[in-house]
Amino acid sequence: MSIDQSTAAKVAKLARIKVEEDALPALADEFNTILGFIEQLNEVDVEGVEPMTSVTPQRLKRRVDEVTDGNQQDKILANAPDAREGFFAVPKVVE
Amino acid sequence: MTELNKLTLSDARDALRKGDTTSVELTEACLKAIDAADALNAFVHKTPEIALERAKAADARIQAGDAPAMCGLPIGIKDLFCTKGVDSQAASGILEGFKPEYESTVSQQLQDSGAVMLGKLNMDEFAMGSSNETSVYGNAVSPWRREGDDAQLTPGGSSGGSAAAVAADLCLAATGTDTGGSIRQPAAFTGITGIKPTYGRCSRWGVVAFASSLDQAGPMTKSVRDAAMMLEAMCGHDPKDSTSADLAVPNFEAMLTGDIKGKKIGIPREYRMDGMPAEIEKLWSEGAEMLRAAGAEIVDISLPHTKYALPAYYVIAPAEASSNLARYDGVRYGQRATLEAGDGITEMYEKTRAAGFGHEVQRRVMVGTYVLSAGFYDAYYNRARKVRTLIKKDFEDVFAQGIDAILTPATPSAAFGLGEMTDADPVQMYLNDVFTVTVNLAGLPGVSVPTGLDSKGLPLGLQLIGRPWEEGDLLNTAYALESAAGFVAKPGQWW
Repeated sequence: MSIDQSTAAKVAKLARIKVEEDALPALADEFNTILGFIEQLNEVDVEGVEPMTSVTPQRLKRRVDEVTDGNQQDKILANAPDAREGFFAVPKVVE
Repeated sequence: MTELNKLTLSDARDALRKGDTTSVELTEACLKAIDAADALNAFVHKTPEIALERAKAADARIQAGDAPAMCGLPIGIKDLFCTKGVDSQAASGILEGFKPEYESTVSQQLQDSGAVMLGKLNMDEFAMGSSNETSVYGNAVSPWRREGDDAQLTPGGSSGGSAAAVAADLCLAATGTDTGGSIRQPAAFTGITGIKPTYGRCSRWGVVAFASSLDQAGPMTKSVRDAAMMLEAMCGHDPKDSTSADLAVPNFEAMLTGDIKGKKIGIPREYRMDGMPAEIEKLWSEGAEMLRAAGAEIVDISLPHTKYALPAYYVIAPAEASSNLARYDGVRYGQRATLEAGDGITEMYEKTRAAGFGHEVQRRVMVGTYVLSAGFYDAYYNRARKVRTLIKKDFEDVFAQGIDAILTPATPSAAFGLGEMTDADPVQMYLNDVFTVTVNLAGLPGVSVPTGLDSKGLPLGLQLIGRPWEEGDLLNTAYALESAAGFVAKPGQWW
């Protein structure tokens, strides 16, 4: 399995990270080094083995479905790069 | 009395209780040491006002006779922990200026027990690294140097600032976090003790997430006794973390008897890697001999899937990271890139994440995105999760045979020089975690104890791996190893 430049560009797009065109060959090379290392996993016989979902056997705790906090708009917005009139502000999404 | 900042937690606690010193005096000694150690770049956000305020409150509690073990003891907090009103940016540019409105459960519990926060500690960006070279703050520098050589060395990573600060006596102890070895490897590189508890022992709430199924917080200290004291204050059930274990926390310190007669210590043959330096081999066999002399039985064991732990980790950790780091979108917190006229929301995401994340973080997020993408999910991610099941079963099998703890080297070498690995491919750097990463995949407790020096005078550590939830027994074995090894070396002060 080898990653070419167009796959690297696609992955960058999916990850929402801008990668300049001229950086793609080096990125593809790095992916190939790491994926080559990961390929070792194909040597393992995993027939009939369950994929791990929880490292400690446990049933997630449940609680009553009720509101336990809220009314902290100022705190929620305090660290926003752009907040206006009680909302997060972003560039125009719809034309 | 020795200089106050050089005390262990337990000695300082005893001195406070006897009235030989005060928390304010201890705190001032540490603040002075911190200000004189900017060359180590360990403390990246200093909080002297908070420290002195909490020290005064701690002294009042001690006077009133209400003093938990950690009361009045000055410590450093890794930058990964959210601390209310204090910069918490996981050593990333994307979180520059972020001041949480809340406190992580672990740092809150330490605060409640009276511990004094001196400031925030350097680390690899989002805890992704083994040398503290991916930090937006620049490298943390080890206080250790090779004999006759003034090249700057790595304190290890990702908890590099924590390790450097404790080893250089800038604080009495520090918090760390460990996803693949990030407490144990830097502890070994700097001659200190570090324990990663069983997955679920420490709440992850308020700790910036890297790989949620692997991340655990733990203490980094000057002795095993200190690790026991501080771990107890950090542990406990937290309803805000759904993976937090609802189990009673034992008095770990009371379990340090040093008696390990009849304990079965496993030596896993798969950890004897090709090309292992003779010094590491020697350290390991000497450690086994010390435990045998203390009355333990040394047993040859096999953990057959060890070889596949690192590749499985480098699927699972990036996959979880790509999901966890999706939240850094330039909208709710942290930095947003400067946009050009006409840029829409997609450009905002892409530019913000390209500018805010460092190279290693970008690489791991993209690898994670790839292994989770349509068509590759089964081949990579599901296969890695199956291998993880097998790795955990390896440990379950040896524990079922009656093994109480497993002894391994903590790292494949002593600390390397800053910049020495720059030209190596990423996989070479990942090999640092070869002995520690299995423990995270299996969710087990692991402790690194300094036991010797290499030929250049740098510290080396051994790792002990315990049964789940048996940190007390594990720490007792570590205590026996520490007592037998008698490691007392300290770095000479050059900074």
